[in-house]
Amino acid sequence: MRNWTHYEARFGAVGGQGVVLAGAILADAAVFYENLKAVTSPQYTAQVRGGATKVDVIIDTQEILFPQTYIIDFFLAMSQRAFDRYVSDTSPDGTILIEPSLVTDYSKAPAKVYAMPIILLTKREVGKMVMTSVVALGAMVAMSKVVSEEAIRKAVLKNAPKGTEQLNLKALALGLEWGNELIKKGPIYRPSKGE
Amino acid sequence: MPQPIKFYQGNEIIAHAAVTAGCKFFAGYPITPSSEIAAEMAHLLPLYGGSFIQMEDEIAAMGAVIGASLAGAKSMTATSGPGFSLKQEHIGFACIAEVPVVVVNVMRGGPSTGLPTQLSQADIMQARWGTHGDHPIIALTPAFPEELFMETVRAFNLSEQFRTPVIILIDEVIAHLSSGIAFPTREELTIIERTKPSVPPDQYFPYDTSFGLVPPMANYFEGYNFHVTGLSHDRTGFPTTNPDLVHNDQVRQHEKIYKNIHQIEKWEEFYLDDAEIGIFAYGTSGRSAMDAIVRARKEGIKVGLFRPLTIWPFPDDPIREKLSKMKCIIVPEINLGQAILEVQRVLGPDIPIKGIHRVAGVPIHPREILALLKEINNEL
Amino acid sequence: MSFDYGKYIRMEKMPFLWCPGCGIGIVAKALYKAFADLGWENNDIAMVSGIGCTSRVTGYTNCNTLHTTHGRALTFATGIKIARPDKHVVVMAGDGDILAIGGNHFIHSCRRNIDITVILNNNHIYGMTGGQYSPTTPQGAYAATAPYGNVDPCFDVVELSKAAGATYVARGTVANAVLLEKLIRNGLAHRGFSVIEVISNCHTQFGRRNRQPEAMQMINEIKERTVPLARAEKMQPEELYGKFVVGELYRANRPEYTEEYERMRKKALAKHQTKG
Repeated sequence: MRNWTHYEARFGAVGGQGVVLAGAILADAAVFYENLKAVTSPQYTAQVRGGATKVDVIIDTQEILFPQTYIIDFFLAMSQRAFDRYVSDTSPDGTILIEPSLVTDYSKAPAKVYAMPIILLTKREVGKMVMTSVVALGAMVAMSKVVSEEAIRKAVLKNAPKGTEQLNLKALALGLEWGNELIKKGPIYRPSKGE
Repeated sequence: MPQPIKFYQGNEIIAHAAVTAGCKFFAGYPITPSSEIAAEMAHLLPLYGGSFIQMEDEIAAMGAVIGASLAGAKSMTATSGPGFSLKQEHIGFACIAEVPVVVVNVMRGGPSTGLPTQLSQADIMQARWGTHGDHPIIALTPAFPEELFMETVRAFNLSEQFRTPVIILIDEVIAHLSSGIAFPTREELTIIERTKPSVPPDQYFPYDTSFGLVPPMANYFEGYNFHVTGLSHDRTGFPTTNPDLVHNDQVRQHEKIYKNIHQIEKWEEFYLDDAEIGIFAYGTSGRSAMDAIVRARKEGIKVGLFRPLTIWPFPDDPIREKLSKMKCIIVPEINLGQAILEVQRVLGPDIPIKGIHRVAGVPIHPREILALLKEINNEL
Repeated sequence: MSFDYGKYIRMEKMPFLWCPGCGIGIVAKALYKAFADLGWENNDIAMVSGIGCTSRVTGYTNCNTLHTTHGRALTFATGIKIARPDKHVVVMAGDGDILAIGGNHFIHSCRRNIDITVILNNNHIYGMTGGQYSPTTPQGAYAATAPYGNVDPCFDVVELSKAAGATYVARGTVANAVLLEKLIRNGLAHRGFSVIEVISNCHTQFGRRNRQPEAMQMINEIKERTVPLARAEKMQPEELYGKFVVGELYRANRPEYTEEYERMRKKALAKHQTKG
């Protein structure tokens, strides 16, 4: 059983098309394969072109009234700029996942930080860099359990361009596996308590 | 057959609703944050037997949709911010010549270039009074995906039924929010077409009021060979400066909307029945208010929402009926005080009316509304 | 040669509001004659205009008429033509209207090569608003807003239209109605964007300020300054200074806008069907 009725995920990066797509796939999984409500609001245009960008995915068991975020439960940061700009909305009880080659300073994190060499893994295990966001999405789902592994697998398949299905599933499996490992390994950083 | 649920942005929903309502012509000019409407219309219209054109500027786009509508094609344009200012000249033409067109304005921060990619709700008064001269206008403020679809269809219906431009006023958050929606099919909808003349061409006058406040409308090339002008005109459509004719026609154009207001006004209520505090809000602010109300109710605060879907003509009577017994009213809007002026006008000085006005390019957060609700509730 | 004006005129709207001797009457007659020669039915024609003296032709013409805003007739005309590509769309415009406030719409309509015919009555002045200088007022000429002589350089309508992409460009004058009828007729028949510039007289607003207060005086001066294309081709550029070269000055074959749109639609539909 899920222990939440409302869940907010934020994916931040530079450029942005990859994370925007990952957000759309997560919302798809929630709505079509988990019977939940979901909306996504991508950061819009000018900010997407080369600057820090983000997509917020809000998932709820009820109809979503306010379509923007209260407090982020899961923050994926794929760049230092996106981390610096968007991390502060993260809940102290939330989870932050970073790509450590791109986010080196996480001292301002308000929640525990996990690190996963997403880019290196994608390059080595999947071969295609466009799959980075699918790998990250897999890790996010494994860590957050916001949708089931089955649901995210179906959603990834549904959104995969023809001919790339196997590659997408491979990327997702890699992410899921690493996500589960990360939980066991634990965070690399915890904010000091009692401030 | 019901359509499958798919994810669409608000802007895309409007485009799909338009072609379903029978829109056959769209002219636009690139501007954020309304661009996706034009892009989706460019994609859909050729497939639906219609035409899309990107004009050389905003004024041209508004002129083209009026021309196409006169030639018989249901027509729409979409714009934002500065583009809405530019379109005002021709919105006035559509008013005086009584040409049905739909104009979408995705509100962004202003004035001038302002905040091109962020939201505002600061064009409420411009939608009402943007073009020069006295004129009535219909403006709709949908906030949820299904509403975007249904209100776009209603915008076309009202424009055809009342021979008037209809403005769809949304904000950037509603425009770009992506949600799952199953589109209704045309068969599931009520589609209103313009009333054609029932008389032969030699007895036809384009502004003939003997059939009611809304004169029947012939299309060009149907044998009626009538004249349309932006000048004040008599029932024949030809210019006149006769004081009585000019006055009477302006009054009639006003009355065709205000005497039919009950066919035009539409609103949603949320927890109003036992409420002691009333909120008046629309668009993204309306959704913020709903979220705040759900949370406030859990804390025992008796608060409800009046959310207009038709903001012009302003819903005077329903507001009086629903909100005049409240102990306090809150109007959150992303401007420095526009719709609140109308609420004050309708409810008078006896009820305290508090605004939450922020023009930061971000929504008014439910937290802010909740904080004010708690404050007011403590004083009640 | 006589023909039935009555078919194209709203007789009940007579008399015209223009000053006695105004060139616009000659232009209107030439246009009606061209309609008659082509055998066009009233119901198949939409005539669109903006603001100004020339724009009042729509009110007198018995067809689907639209009198719009200042400078913007072409935008409405574009909407009409795209909604009904099977019908004829004609725009009547003055030089101030279509070249100044409507200049952007003019060049972009040329560029699209949409099948619209523009009759551009060039009397070198804003008549209706009171004699202000327009984009075609010669340098040095006097106007209400140029009391010491006009400083602004002017447009050459023919060169502007050609450069912007119009595919039929002609120039006639009110001093030669027979030629004018022919130029308008060929422009109407041309499939694409046609511009017929008509050098016209506004003795009231232009002439009065520039020592030509009589209509005939102005028309005679226009006649004297007119050079037919065949003769102009043998003349040196300096000899042509201040002259009006008349005739069918440019013709090109380029795909027409609404036909291109239909081709695109077929492609889009085919692509859509294969995708399922």
